Amino acid sequence: MRNRYSHFTLLFIVCLCSLLFHPNAVSASPERLKKATFIPQWVPQAQFAGYYVALKYGMYKNHGLDLRIIAGGPARPSSDLLKNHKADFATLWLSTAIPLRDQGVPLINIAQTMQKSALMLVAKKNSGIVKPADIEGKKIGLWGPIFQVQPKAFFKKFNLDVKIVRQSFSVNLFLRDGVDVASAMWYNEYHTILNSGLNPDELSTFFFHQHGLNFPEDGIYTLEETYRKDPDLCRSFVRASLEGWRYAFSHPEETLDIVMKNLEKAYIPATRVHQKWMLERMRDLMLPDDAEIPMGKLVPGDYRRVANGLKENGLIKNIPDFNDFYRNCYEK
Amino acid sequence: MTSIGTVMKNRGLAFKLTILILSSISIIFFLIFSYNYSVSRRIIVSNIEKNARNLSLATVNRIDMVLNAIEKVPENLAAFAEHTSHASSDYIDLIRMVVENNPEIFGAAIAFEPYVLGADTPRFAPYFYKKEGGIKYAHLAYDYFFRDWYQIPKELNRPAWTEPYFDEEGGQIIMATYSVPFYKVVAGEKKFMGVVTADISLEWLQKIVDSIKIAETGYGFLLSKNGTFVTHPDIKLVMNETIFSVAEARNDPELRKLGRKLIRGEKGFAPFQSLVTGKACWMVYAPLASSSWSLGVLFPQTELMADITRLNGTVLFLAVAGFFIIFAVIIWIAGTITRPLRALSRATEHVAVGNLDAQVPRIKTSDEVGKLAHSFDAMQTSLKQYIQKLTETTAARERIESELKIAHDIQMGIIPKTFPPFPDLEEFELYASIVPAKEVGGDLYDFFFMDEDHLCFVVGDVSGKGIAAALFMAVTRTLIKAKATQLLNAGAVLTRVNEDLSLENPSMMFVTLFMGILNIRTGEMEYANAGHNPPYIMGVDGSLKPVKPTGDCILGVEEGFEYRTKNLLLKEGETIFVFTDGVTEAMDEANALFSEKRLEKRLVELHDRSIESILSGVMSSIENFAQNAPQADDITMLLLRFHGNR
Repeated sequence: MRNRYSHFTLLFIVCLCSLLFHPNAVSASPERLKKATFIPQWVPQAQFAGYYVALKYGMYKNHGLDLRIIAGGPARPSSDLLKNHKADFATLWLSTAIPLRDQGVPLINIAQTMQKSALMLVAKKNSGIVKPADIEGKKIGLWGPIFQVQPKAFFKKFNLDVKIVRQSFSVNLFLRDGVDVASAMWYNEYHTILNSGLNPDELSTFFFHQHGLNFPEDGIYTLEETYRKDPDLCRSFVRASLEGWRYAFSHPEETLDIVMKNLEKAYIPATRVHQKWMLERMRDLMLPDDAEIPMGKLVPGDYRRVANGLKENGLIKNIPDFNDFYRNCYEK
Repeated sequence: MTSIGTVMKNRGLAFKLTILILSSISIIFFLIFSYNYSVSRRIIVSNIEKNARNLSLATVNRIDMVLNAIEKVPENLAAFAEHTSHASSDYIDLIRMVVENNPEIFGAAIAFEPYVLGADTPRFAPYFYKKEGGIKYAHLAYDYFFRDWYQIPKELNRPAWTEPYFDEEGGQIIMATYSVPFYKVVAGEKKFMGVVTADISLEWLQKIVDSIKIAETGYGFLLSKNGTFVTHPDIKLVMNETIFSVAEARNDPELRKLGRKLIRGEKGFAPFQSLVTGKACWMVYAPLASSSWSLGVLFPQTELMADITRLNGTVLFLAVAGFFIIFAVIIWIAGTITRPLRALSRATEHVAVGNLDAQVPRIKTSDEVGKLAHSFDAMQTSLKQYIQKLTETTAARERIESELKIAHDIQMGIIPKTFPPFPDLEEFELYASIVPAKEVGGDLYDFFFMDEDHLCFVVGDVSGKGIAAALFMAVTRTLIKAKATQLLNAGAVLTRVNEDLSLENPSMMFVTLFMGILNIRTGEMEYANAGHNPPYIMGVDGSLKPVKPTGDCILGVEEGFEYRTKNLLLKEGETIFVFTDGVTEAMDEANALFSEKRLEKRLVELHDRSIESILSGVMSSIENFAQNAPQADDITMLLLRFHGNR
């Protein structure tokens, strides 16, 4: 009997502690939470782990948000949902967002989460490509226009004449030697190539950010209107999201559990090793070791580089004003 | 080693026997078992490998047969499209027919490059596919130009199988597409026109591979060219993981290496850990000739080895059981051998301490132990007899010895032993001694007055030892006493003694003898020597000279021999030292002789002592010299010191 009594005491202490320290526990009352919706630009993979972690561990609640995440994917372009007021917040590539703004969609960047460009070119060393000059005259697989800005600037920089082949969403053409060089996202296709049996030492990689062509990709966007109505909402969303990201990076295994569960729920085949790779690369891209840029900041230089690139390729007519385009929401 | 050796040495026969035989048997068992195990294992593995190769080859052929047949269809269609010009409707009919007539083909299409069929046709791709028992038509209206099934054959300029993929329209089935590019020669240049495709559902292929069941958990799996699992018993891997992502997840570089071999289209046989059970398996792998996909077939080691393991278990059990049987048999045999031996050993212990009547155990067997017991019995009997005989002979010998002793005592008794012999006479001193050897010897000395002035003294040595020598010596002494009268000189006495001795001497005994006759008033001395050691004359000044030899022969040998008499004069204080060869031929432990040289040296040292001291001094020198060597001969010394009329 004494034992049971002491067990109850212990249980009570444990409960008390968890109430005090569990992130979910400290929450504002539901009446005071502001409703908001968010859509990532693709399926709930590790590329968006931070947002799901923030949701799961109550970081949004802690910032006064009652957030709902709309599953992204090929059927639901995040830009459309944002434009049509179906989502309050969305992630987009910087090089997607600038043309949208140029086309008159009144979106603004409220946080640049990714500081480095993950887009890269990959070639097999046995095709004789080890340095940029070796690409001369080769067949290159490139994705759609937005993804061609950096490669084209790269070819121009190294004065390369290449044969461009439109690349699908698989890397099979490259694996079968249908093209000599393939486009790849470092956190995705590159790992797919590795997991198709090619070893890193058999591959030549060309990271655009290493060649002065850094086009930072993922950022958080909202409509000007949303920001005007409730800038605090935007700031809360950004800060809670960044908090989620920081937690995700310091707790990778927990994070991967969440990511895998979400993917399973969405019936998306996924492998944990791939998501792990993706999460690790997101950390490299969002919190680069060699840069002092705080997560969330859009660096004007990066903005100008991307916008100029887009303009040179005829993807935008005018470069939107930086101050119209970006609102600093990560700082208090 | 020593400790084991000591242990073995101190143990009984049964123990040694048991240990040695059992350890030999254990080694033999172990060798047989190991050999049996390794050989049977090798045979099984080799059979498994052979079967595995055959099975995988058969499976690969079965799959390839279907794929090859399917490949022909779009190839023929492509040739048809290349060589003639057709209306769009012809293609549509043709594709429909292909899908209708080929049960293996799930769908087929012909897809053209943009605008090759006219400026108003940006794309043309009629597609027929099976659905719900019927055939459906679809016009592919999307940009199919960037799909793998279109792009890969286009860029490679050759037909190609796509990676397997999930068909999103026809339900959750895995498909693969075989695409054949076709061309048209326009203005002498070969121009790419499009591709003809045939889709196959991989359900049948999955069924074929899934039907591979080896033992309990052995299975087959198929990898695409990229290493993706097309079929696998673990459904989570199928179309989701590659062998490389599994290797990464398991942090298993060996698996990655193996995966690279597989996708390179290599054939082989390798150890492999089952992805389902985690058990050690062998995997045989072989590529499909058509699509370059790779078939792996897993053979679970423990399960296939179950028979051999069971067999080896039985063999081991039999070996252990046999071991114990042999152990028991050895214990029994050792017991039957050593029990009588132990009884015998106890009996010998009794015999050893002298109990010759101890009962020797009756052993009826006629083996070595029986023989030993019999021999021991015989030995005991003959030992008893021997001891009896020995007791008798010992008694006889003891009697003889006591008689000999008496003879010796008598012999010694007839020799004068009172010194000084003539205490009233001041003209000379005389001292003599015989130290007899163990046996009754033949040395003699004697002295007596022939008349008032003439002292006769003799020292002799009879040849040989024992009773005969003693008797001969007694006879000699008696004869000398009888013959030595004042009428005769020394030589004449010896001549007569010799006559008598050699007359009846069948045993050819002889005696050496020195005889001196001293005029105690004048010191004149006549002497005769029958082959005896010449005595020494010791001067007062320590000078030493031997008495001149007479050159005569020993007594008792030559009848009628005339002995000569010689004369010398003893001055006052001079001493004559007469001795037998027992002195000079005394031997030490190394059989070295005491010799004249040592004697002379000792005599010179002792010249001024009393004659008793000289005698005892020489004697102690001999004793020191001989140490523990037994005395071989009688030692006889006689000293006579002449003083004259003082």
